[in-house]
Formats: sequence, structure tokens, C-alpha cells
Amino acid sequence: MKNEGKKAVWSEYQKEIADDKFFYVRSCIRQNFFPGSEVAFLRILKEVLGKDVYEHPCHTTCSGIGYHGDIVPFETAMTVVARQFALMTEAGYENYVPSCITSFGLYTEILDTWHHFPEVEKKIRKNLKEATGREFEAPKNLAHASDVIFKFRKEIAAKAKYKLINKNTGEPLRVVDHIGCHYAKMFPSKGVGGAEYPYVLAGMIEEWGGQVIDYPERRHCCGFGFRQYLVQANRGFSVACSKEKFESMQPFKPDMIITNCPGCPMFLDRWQYVINEIEGKQYGQNGEGIPVFTYEEVAGLVLGFDPWDLGLQMHQTDCEPVLDKIGIEYSPEDKYKLNSLNHSQPKHLVVNV
Amino acid sequence: MDKFGFTISKGRQINYDQNDRRIYNYIIENEPSFRNCIACGGCSGSCSAGNFTRFSLRELNILINRGENDLPRTNLKKCMLCGKCTLICPRGVNTRNVVFLAKQAFKRFDSYAF
Repeated sequence: MKNEGKKAVWSEYQKEIADDKFFYVRSCIRQNFFPGSEVAFLRILKEVLGKDVYEHPCHTTCSGIGYHGDIVPFETAMTVVARQFALMTEAGYENYVPSCITSFGLYTEILDTWHHFPEVEKKIRKNLKEATGREFEAPKNLAHASDVIFKFRKEIAAKAKYKLINKNTGEPLRVVDHIGCHYAKMFPSKGVGGAEYPYVLAGMIEEWGGQVIDYPERRHCCGFGFRQYLVQANRGFSVACSKEKFESMQPFKPDMIITNCPGCPMFLDRWQYVINEIEGKQYGQNGEGIPVFTYEEVAGLVLGFDPWDLGLQMHQTDCEPVLDKIGIEYSPEDKYKLNSLNHSQPKHLVVNV
Repeated sequence: MDKFGFTISKGRQINYDQNDRRIYNYIIENEPSFRNCIACGGCSGSCSAGNFTRFSLRELNILINRGENDLPRTNLKKCMLCGKCTLICPRGVNTRNVVFLAKQAFKRFDSYAF
């Protein structure tokens, strides 16, 4: 295929991403799993890139976790989301940026539903007006937070202090990208690269100096799927999915995993510990696990943020091997400063050492 | 289980790269009619052993074809070689010979079989 033809085809896999004035909404679960990531996103956009980002204190859950867990009806979810849009409208913003992949999927699903069934949108507007007295405008631009970082990946690279390169060998770090299922598998046209060639994380990795690893189970779900972990006895299926991915990626010797979903880093990180406890297996090199990062954490690292300000101490699989490979300066004794005033390492939290 | 309240489920993917299809290949080499099976289940419906046990020739056929030999390895022992399945098969598969050859194949390729 000629280059012009490739470009033409690839252009169909692109999406429009706003470049300023973002209405940012946080994820329910990321704030517990990896709280430093969302703070890092805001810091990068506001302080490093100088963008206008607004957070509304009255924002609530989008109810996606209940919707996909089969306990919240679609009509309720749509009304809750309509209220979030009303908050954005009242604040004077038009570009909606959710931190959560499931929220992004739900917003996309709802906007698509309203597009095809205007009478449903009318009913939801009526529901919202009766329940809260609010009115709303649908977002002019809906982009996931990883889309926004993807859009500014070159600007971040230009200001980067570090690159995803092994300082000892000079070789690019071998990075596995893992895209949340609700990003583009439901509505391929709403994700960069669609469902077949999602490029949102791969683009960041390449721009920041790393090498993307293509492995057989690259598009496999991490196993997070709400029904799979909400009931404790079912979690064996969730681990099995992650294990399938680890065994598939292991021969390619990845240095790190980068994700853009709230659940994926949580489970790819924690399940490594669980698999190690149950079966005694480790999938990284030198008997270690494979460190798992969010895209904000990786962006923060290349920009030279302190790893502990990014919340890397919240990871169960230690991140230090990657920090050492890149040559990032950090203070090991400060790792648990959030947990202990005297900076001592809490013994009951020590895992994978 | 005690520590986490769950264990790691076994993967359900059919992995043709890792599965052992020597049993299947041995059977079709010696009884080519095995290829004609359409998995209608007539053999299982008429099976004397299947009436009282978990034995199903149709299931065994599918699993052996995939190279998933764990269940066939133990279940084959339940067949009494009565031959009713051979009489009823609409595709003319010599099913009794299939069971016989499968037992031979397990004996040949798998030292733990019988």
C-alpha cells in the first residue's frame, strides 16, 4: 500500500480531542487504587501544559460500576449522567474528560443512545428537571483523560527529564500497553486507533522513547470485568484472565506494563502478587514481578516528578526496577512517608521483597 | 483458597499449539470413518454405559479431536464395547473400533493410561 493510502486509512481511526478548557471528572475507584494518578494528570495539564481544567465538587459517580454490575437500570444511569452534564453546562465548559474508562464507555453509550433515540433523551431531560431542576447541554467534545495525554504526548516529550530507555544498555524499555475494554471495544470510532489498532498508549510509549511489545494476548481483557470480581468466589476467573496475559507476554521479557483503565493496573498489579502466593510464579525478570503503571504515572516519571508523589508506593508489585533502569532519582527511605510520620517502613505492608 | 477465598480458575481456551492430537491422529489413521462423525449424539443416546455413568462417545469424539485428552483417558474405561452405537450411527462410523483404537492409542502414547 502506498504511504498516501496508509495515511488515508489511518485517518479513519483518529478522533477529535479538544485542546483546552476541560471539565474533568474523577473515577470512583482510581482515587482508592492509585490516588496519585489523577493528581498527576491535573498537575501535568495545569502546571506543565498550562491548560484550563475544572473539577466540580458536586460531581458524583457516573453509576457505571452499578450499571455493569447489573444493579443500576440504564434509565437511572442516564439520569445520573445527565446531572453530570448539567454540572458541566453550569460551570461553562463543553469539553468533558472522564478519568475512568468505564465512565467514558458509559457516556459514549448514552450519547449514542440519545443520537439514535431522541425521545429517550427527551425523557431523561424531563427526569432530570423534575428530580433536580437542572438542564444540560451534551458535551461538544468527549475524550478520555488518556486521549488528552496522547494529544499532548509530544509537548510532554519536549519537556521530559527522562526517556523510557535503559540507561545501562541504551536500549528502549520493552513496554506492554494494555487498553481498557470499555475504551474502544464497544464504540471503536470513539477511540484513537479503534478497537483493532488502539494507539492511545502505544503513541505515548513511542514518543517517550520506549518500545511497544506486540504479543498474542495483547487485546485480552485483564479480568477486571465487574461481575468477575464483585463476588469473591468468582475472582478465580478474574485471575485466570490476567494469568493468560502474563504467560503470553512473559517470553517477550517486558520491562513494564502501562494501562489507561482504573481496574486494569489494579488487577494486573495485585494479581501478580496473588499468583505468586498461590503458585509461586513471577513473570518479570530476575525473579521479580512486572511493574504496572498508569499513563499519568509514566508521564509524571518522564517529566521528572518524584515517584512517591505519583503514588508509586501504592503498587503491590515494586516499581523500583523500572526506576533504576531509567535512572530516575528517588529516595528509598521516603517511600512510605505517607503511611508513617517517622518514615519507617511498615512491616505489615512489605510484599514482593 | 484459605488465604484469598478463591483459587485460580483453569483457562478454558482451546490451545491447538499445546494440545496433544496424537490420539486423534492414530484413530483416523486406522479408522478413517471417524472423520465422518457429525456429532449428532446418536451414539450417546443409545449408549448402555451412558445410561448409568457420565460416559458420552460424542463428548469424547469432540475432546479427542481437540487434543484435550484428560476426560477421554478416564471415561473410555466405562465403555463396555456392546456396539449399539455402531448400529445406530447415521454416518456409518465404526464407533466400537474408534473406542478400541482410542484405548490402544492411550496405551501407546500415554504410559499413565491403563
